[in-house]
Amino acid sequence: MMSIGNLHVRFATPFGSLEAVRSVDLEIPAGASVGIVGESGSGKTVACRAAMGLLSGSNVQRDGTVVFDGKELTAMTREEVRNEFGTGMAMIFQDPMTALNPVRRIGTQLSESLRLRLGMDKKAALARSAELLSLVRIPDPEAMLKKFPYQLSGGMRQRVMIAIAISCNPKLLFADEPTTALDVTVQAQILQLLSELRRDLKMSMVLITHDLGVVANHTDFVAVMYAGEVVEQATTAELFANMKMPYTQALLNSIPNIEMKSGERLQVIEGRLPNPVDRPKGCGFVTRCSYAQQKCHDEHPPLLDAGNGHLYRCWYPLGHTIARKP
Amino acid sequence: MAGSGVAHMRNNDEVVLEVRDLVVEFKAGGGRVVNAVSKISFDVCRGETLAIVGESGCGKTTLGKAVLQLPPPNSGDVIFEGTNLSKLPKEQLRSARTAMQMVFQDPISSLDPRMMVRDLIEEPLWVWERGSEEERAVKVRELLNNVGLDPELVLNRRSYEFSGGQCQRISIARSLALEPRMLICDEPVSALDVSIQAQILNLLQDMKDRYGLTMIFISHDLAVVKAVSNRIMVMYLGKICEVGSPDVIYSKPAHHYTSALINSVPIPDPTRKRTTVPLQGEPPSPVAPPSGCRFRTRCPAATEKCAAEEPQLREVSPGQFVACHHPRS
Repeated sequence: MMSIGNLHVRFATPFGSLEAVRSVDLEIPAGASVGIVGESGSGKTVACRAAMGLLSGSNVQRDGTVVFDGKELTAMTREEVRNEFGTGMAMIFQDPMTALNPVRRIGTQLSESLRLRLGMDKKAALARSAELLSLVRIPDPEAMLKKFPYQLSGGMRQRVMIAIAISCNPKLLFADEPTTALDVTVQAQILQLLSELRRDLKMSMVLITHDLGVVANHTDFVAVMYAGEVVEQATTAELFANMKMPYTQALLNSIPNIEMKSGERLQVIEGRLPNPVDRPKGCGFVTRCSYAQQKCHDEHPPLLDAGNGHLYRCWYPLGHTIARKP
Repeated sequence: MAGSGVAHMRNNDEVVLEVRDLVVEFKAGGGRVVNAVSKISFDVCRGETLAIVGESGCGKTTLGKAVLQLPPPNSGDVIFEGTNLSKLPKEQLRSARTAMQMVFQDPISSLDPRMMVRDLIEEPLWVWERGSEEERAVKVRELLNNVGLDPELVLNRRSYEFSGGQCQRISIARSLALEPRMLICDEPVSALDVSIQAQILNLLQDMKDRYGLTMIFISHDLAVVKAVSNRIMVMYLGKICEVGSPDVIYSKPAHHYTSALINSVPIPDPTRKRTTVPLQGEPPSPVAPPSGCRFRTRCPAATEKCAAEEPQLREVSPGQFVACHHPRS
């Protein structure tokens, strides 16, 4: 559905060129759900926004190719890319509190793209809006059309955001941390809703999150990003069964687990992401990795294939016999 | 869910904080009243961490603030170390409150962006005239070291220069400045990444040991509180559902709501699919809470009795208390 090739995104900053996304290759097959996982600042959101062509400004430089539905997005003008929004691709933003316009009614915001993209008249668009709201399981959709965002809870607003995103039957849906601002119970509802909608509407989906627990049950493929690069990529089942990257492992171990004993300490990833303006020449994770060797400091690891499409970027992957640093 | 009742109160010598029949209501206009906290009682023993868990809007933050009399509750007593805070005159309350501090949910907006870190942390000491200027400067450095920040690097910077995790460390240092005996943490890690979340949770554990703190830990995520708490209290719509030790609550939750909360936690393992459906719908409005058990509108086991009669907290196994007519077995 979408194929991203050698994507680079650089921002010009007063401290020098900041390379937020480095050489990212990603395939999003039709009908599949792909998870992009990483910490804050790993470049996952920037990569997706760059792929959609949402980044603009004189300080942004984007290189690489993005082929969507047989069309080369990077060669198109802004106006042409914009015509793909809604019907081709759509995005659900992270914060449902601020993504909606606070002074316009839900019905107006929801019918906007229906009228603009699908050319519906006002009455038909509002009728379709009510259908969309019931599709995302909002009770009493007619009444909801007349409400303002402040009258809704966070979970309800996120449902409205999803309704807006799917209103024109997009082929590809980006969901940028769709549940991070929500309660666990609502998170479970929203994730289930997204999975069902994807199946019923035959969409592809990209799920961006920092929580490996979220991708485990809701994606077919996972790409783990660290410091602007994809460091591990595989089918979800393969990734969890044969984890190669110490980073992915560390990310998984830091999730609080309900099977932990009371008083047990959580495992943490010490340190932080490398400075994106002044990167180390070796592996970006080297200072935080408990398996790091001299080679990791000196040489940047390439993306290797384990043979079954499981890609990883590590000199000493897990399962490799190497003494753990004391 | 209704949980009125005091069966879970321990009434022993170790209790440092005792809350009895606490009610917090807000006027909503048009004569309507939001029942944020409805007659809740609980106690916390010395050195214990009590976790208060529930969905958005269940009143857990309001409850935490009402303990500190921010604002004073409509009725009920908050007895901290033998002193009834609800009956203290204003100035005495202010000084009693130095022993109880709060860490707020959003670490970035809870710090004044115009103040340098040194002033943020010194402010409580300066307000209460603790020590000389030199002593305070030493204390500020010590606090920063304790929360894992290098004083040389952070003292003269402002909050906007830090990440969410670092701001939360500064907030924790600030809340510890007056050496409180009780710390109320309101969703201290909800705004943070999983990797940072683990660091802050471990830090809170360390601070608890180092300063001998008693803690109330408010969260919506049962997985987060598992590691840090000694006792868990599950809340729904201003009432208590279930109280017990973490091990019991997780292994055999007696309340249907507790079980739904546990089932909502994502498992990072694709080979283990959830068989249960997530809890549907959203909590009803606290302006007009359901009669009887407040959870009955979403409960799979609700009967007519649940609408007619409010369940009282009762002990279903040693140390596990539940307010439900039809507890899970």
